[in-house]
Amino acid sequence: MAITTVPGTTRPPGRREPYPSTRRRAGLGRKVRDNLTGHTFLIGAVVCFAVFSWYPMVRGIVMSFQRTRRGETTWVGWDNYTRIIDDPSFWTAWKNTFYFTVLALVLGYLVPFFVAILLNEFRHARAYLRILVYLPVMLPPASALFLFKFYAYDPSEAGLFNAVLAALHLPTSEWMQSPGMTMPAMVLASTWMNMGSAVLIYLAALQNIPGELYEAAELDGAGIWRRILHVTVPQTRLILALLAMLQIVATMQLFIEPLILANGAGTGDSATSVAYLIYQHGFFQNDLNGAAALGVIMLVVLAGFSAVYVRLTAKQD
Amino acid sequence: MAQDSGTRTLISQAQLERGRGRVIYWTLLVVVVVAFTLVFIGPLYWMVTGALKSGQEIAQTPPSLFPKDPQPQNYVDAWHNLDLAKLLFNTFYYATGAVLFQLVLDTAAAYSLSKLRPIFGNAILGLMLATLMIPAMVLIVPQYVTVIDLPILHVNLLDSPFAIWLPLVANAFNIFLLKRFFDSIPEDLMAAAFVDGATPLRTLWSIILPMSRPILGVVSIFAVTAVWKDFLWPKLVMPSPETRTVSVGIYAFSGGTPMNVVIAASVIAAIPTVVIFLIFQRNIMSGLTTGSLKG
Repeated sequence: MAITTVPGTTRPPGRREPYPSTRRRAGLGRKVRDNLTGHTFLIGAVVCFAVFSWYPMVRGIVMSFQRTRRGETTWVGWDNYTRIIDDPSFWTAWKNTFYFTVLALVLGYLVPFFVAILLNEFRHARAYLRILVYLPVMLPPASALFLFKFYAYDPSEAGLFNAVLAALHLPTSEWMQSPGMTMPAMVLASTWMNMGSAVLIYLAALQNIPGELYEAAELDGAGIWRRILHVTVPQTRLILALLAMLQIVATMQLFIEPLILANGAGTGDSATSVAYLIYQHGFFQNDLNGAAALGVIMLVVLAGFSAVYVRLTAKQD
Repeated sequence: MAQDSGTRTLISQAQLERGRGRVIYWTLLVVVVVAFTLVFIGPLYWMVTGALKSGQEIAQTPPSLFPKDPQPQNYVDAWHNLDLAKLLFNTFYYATGAVLFQLVLDTAAAYSLSKLRPIFGNAILGLMLATLMIPAMVLIVPQYVTVIDLPILHVNLLDSPFAIWLPLVANAFNIFLLKRFFDSIPEDLMAAAFVDGATPLRTLWSIILPMSRPILGVVSIFAVTAVWKDFLWPKLVMPSPETRTVSVGIYAFSGGTPMNVVIAASVIAAIPTVVIFLIFQRNIMSGLTTGSLKG
């Protein structure tokens, strides 16, 4: 590892200096030097944060009120916002994104919780089951989505899903080619790819629940469902709330699923997401300012969700 | 682990060991093991064997469970037509650099925030953690604009690996993980090193880092998988065919390539992360839960 020499850290031999946190009555010079040392260690990361995170945040907001044409940047007020909102795809994209978020909450949020509860009860094959659930998380999303696109969601009966459905004498589906199935199919693929991390986090939370609580509930005659409802859920509610929030933020950024599974917009605009619209405006329609405005709108919506989350969790404590 | 620590879970151990409970337990266990194997390994099996089928066999109904006439040629075609060796090398190169940059810069920063605690340290930490609240998609456009014309330096980083390495250093989750770990290292140890005349750098190198191997491992593994799985950012900042990552390269070729070849390429692209996972699964899973849980 290449750590460059840090100026101000070499001390004359023989002088014993107390550790910074235990320093008392330290001279001004030494204080300055200790602070300088501390900031020298920080500087690399701080510069990266400043250039690639803090500055772009501000720049995004500034850009959304500007327009750059032929190298000339002018202030245009809310023009970018009105142009973006007037785009007929704007509302479709929000509708699709919300639909995906809600479907993903039902499927991708509840399923991992119950899977975790189930896995936590098993005394055998624990490691094996955990590895299985987490395996898809490690696949590159592009690889996994090509698998879904070509082999699982094939609209003929040669596709994996339709073959299974046909074998069970159930009606088959056109999957990505039918506008009504586009979103459920994307949620299914996305849940398969991502649920592993949620399951593992829940499992860790479940293991922190004191066993006496279940014992007491059982003595009071509570059945399995009531024990889940009155012991498991309240005991894990902070993690449940946190993961709900994180999942909403993640699913609202839906991008690679429509891009690969639906070639972007999908049949009849059924797959267009807000993130895909940002990508379209910014990198295909040469409208980086409009894309920045859409990004700011997305930030405001997600900040709204976060505010609701903070309100809800604060009330419970 | 329930049976290790002896704590009881939803259903008591006694109930699972007796009569009806025992039958239900074993039935459920078998059902779940079979179902999970089908759900999570099944698609991977389908992917690996599907890529061995001929174009004709893929289109056949109902699909065959085993390739009747295996075509390893698909994998060979994928390797040559997409120049996978080049794509894999690029991705590996970016991943290695990302690990080095994150280990050096994030470790130094977390060490400073945890042990040196310079003035404004907490404010800086707060600003770093605040970035966790900003969704990546919101930043993608201004980040791109920044990378094609870096402020002050006016350098264009397109097609340069630094466009992948440096933004990944701005990873508040890593800083948080490392700082939490360093916080748990006793202050006395630091003070002792200091009394012996060790500089902060020496203390970091000889005392802190050797004790932090597990967390450094977790950070490295996450860095590798993040680069391997990332798609949109490398697609934007690595526009030339020579600098693409493997996921982006496969996507770029997916339009004009037979689908069994695309799938064969996807299988090859997935092998490194799956192998990393199978080797380091314990570290990955523990890192995932410690980082997210006890905040």
